[in-house]
Amino acid sequence: MTAADAPPDPPPDPRAALGLPPAPVRGLPPAPARGFRAGLVLRMELLGWSLVLLLASAAAFALLMLWGMAAGLVLMGAGLPVTLLATALVRRFADRHRGWAGRWGGEPVARPYLPIPAGNWLTRLRAILSDPATWRDCAWLAVDSVAGWFTAGGPFLVFAAGLFSLSYPLVLALTPPQVLRTPLGPQWPLHTTAASLVMVPLGLVCLALWYVSAIPLARLNAWVIRSLLAPTEQARLRARVAHLATSRAETVDTQAGELRRIERDLHDGAQARLASLGMSLGLAEQLLAQNPQAAARLLSEARESTSTALAELRDLVRGIHPPVLADRGLDGAIQALALAGPVPTTVTVRIPGRLPAAVESAAYFAVAEALANALKHADAHHITISVEHTPDSGGLLRIAVSDDGRGGASFGGGTGLRGIERRLGAFDGTVSVDSPVGGPTDVRMSLPCVWS
Amino acid sequence: MRVVVAEDLALLREGLIRILDAYGFDVVEAVDNGPSLARALDTHRPDVAVLDVRLPPTFTDEGLRAAIDARTRTPGLPVLMLSQYVEQLYARELLSDRAGAVGYLLKDRVSRVDQFIDAVRRVAAGATVMDPEVIASLLARHENDEPLKTLTPREHEVLSLMAEGRSNAAIAARMFVTEKAVSKHSNSIFGKLGLQQSEEDNRRVLAVLAYLQA
Repeated sequence: MTAADAPPDPPPDPRAALGLPPAPVRGLPPAPARGFRAGLVLRMELLGWSLVLLLASAAAFALLMLWGMAAGLVLMGAGLPVTLLATALVRRFADRHRGWAGRWGGEPVARPYLPIPAGNWLTRLRAILSDPATWRDCAWLAVDSVAGWFTAGGPFLVFAAGLFSLSYPLVLALTPPQVLRTPLGPQWPLHTTAASLVMVPLGLVCLALWYVSAIPLARLNAWVIRSLLAPTEQARLRARVAHLATSRAETVDTQAGELRRIERDLHDGAQARLASLGMSLGLAEQLLAQNPQAAARLLSEARESTSTALAELRDLVRGIHPPVLADRGLDGAIQALALAGPVPTTVTVRIPGRLPAAVESAAYFAVAEALANALKHADAHHITISVEHTPDSGGLLRIAVSDDGRGGASFGGGTGLRGIERRLGAFDGTVSVDSPVGGPTDVRMSLPCVWS
Repeated sequence: MRVVVAEDLALLREGLIRILDAYGFDVVEAVDNGPSLARALDTHRPDVAVLDVRLPPTFTDEGLRAAIDARTRTPGLPVLMLSQYVEQLYARELLSDRAGAVGYLLKDRVSRVDQFIDAVRRVAAGATVMDPEVIASLLARHENDEPLKTLTPREHEVLSLMAEGRSNAAIAARMFVTEKAVSKHSNSIFGKLGLQQSEEDNRRVLAVLAYLQA
């Protein structure tokens, strides 16, 4: 990590970059009543976390000090790189907590930071210092370095006390008579095994207290994190406006480009052919009387010309809006795509009837592009396409195109993934790629079916 | 021969009727939308129907659906589908009842009037006729498959012509060879693909198409 604009790893939620409220997480928050055993496992996991978070609370204090000191140095005209580094550390640290709160609090916590402009260190620092999220981070560090001791340290302490009390008779038997004889305070020394049994019910009470309080305390902690580290409504709206402006500009550009392409194709293709067709026919008309053979030759040329013109128009129409998509909707159109490709392709489509036309079209072209990628670059033996829009997918159309090819696909590789991103971006859709070198490749796309 | 025609564009409909008339077909009804087509197919039970895939009122695959429905009520009702574009998916659906008497051609092919009329007659007689574009894309799909790679270029050509639904005689004429040579090629193809050779043309076409669509 070298500077404050080091890429976050991993971004808590791609939707946050679009200024969208995060998508609900499935299967969480932990259901409290799913049997004692599951509950116990859950609480033990939380116990482990509370140890981590406890250490993190101490780290939060240290980070706050570091950041404060670095920022103070800047005021005195030095320490610029240290501040940037400290900010990067703070943000990464906060991201970890956002991830944790997202996992245990039920829904993901988005990243609130404004993009850091390219430029010299001073401009970056200015951007960082004027970002309210920076100051909210600091506030959270301060709060966490205190509150963490209760929300994370509390359960740990109670649990440890419970275990200790429960095993106290054993401790008494195993330790020399001078140590650990006054667990209830110096007024009540315990010397006999019988007396030590008093501790057992106390241990049970502690463990019960831990069992009952573990989840509410974790939720409390998640709530603290969310309320200080999630973007404020204002920040969210600002991100949203920024995203809408970019995606609108991209959409307008893309559409203008498409129109230019269509115009050119029509002009050089069908239009030109029809013009020459008219000439051939006119000439044939003239020749019909004097030279029927030449006329017949011209007529057959004219027929060839119509075939070519039709073939060109067919290709053009496919590129604008594939007829099979109009006929059969997304389901049929994707089946048709799969049938046309040279690699065996399994298609699963689960959507309730027809989707809005614009969504269908965007989804179709995104799948077509991803499939074309797989066919062109992956050298795959099998491709799977799944499209799903169900009530529990949160109003999102989820699409996955996976292949068992050689992998290594990336946004930078000129593989059309950028195009998919642009196409889906206009609808607040997202695309992510998992493609290690050596394969397999998994392209996941999501697209809201109702958008703002 | 009694024909039902369905085509929503008046110019094309008139053109089709004129061509069919000129070759001695009896166009008993020409319709321009899906519901009338379903009715016409049921009342006339024509010897062959020449239908556009896309028809009103939905302007989707109304014509195709009407044809498939009519064939479930009247199995083997000969239909020749015409379309501005061909789609594997639709070819598969048309062939799925394996009853033959099905054609699926691009509208452009009508401009080769003699070949178009030949296709109408063959479908009426129970044959299967597929557009070369459908077959080309089917073959492209199997480009790297083991048994197909073992075919010689000549056999490959025979295979695609067979899949389009041409008889041995037609293939022979097209390739400037004797019918005997064609039947030798076809035996070899069936051997290599592990298919049951059949004397009957239509059965043979269906076997080849089923193989390619698998």
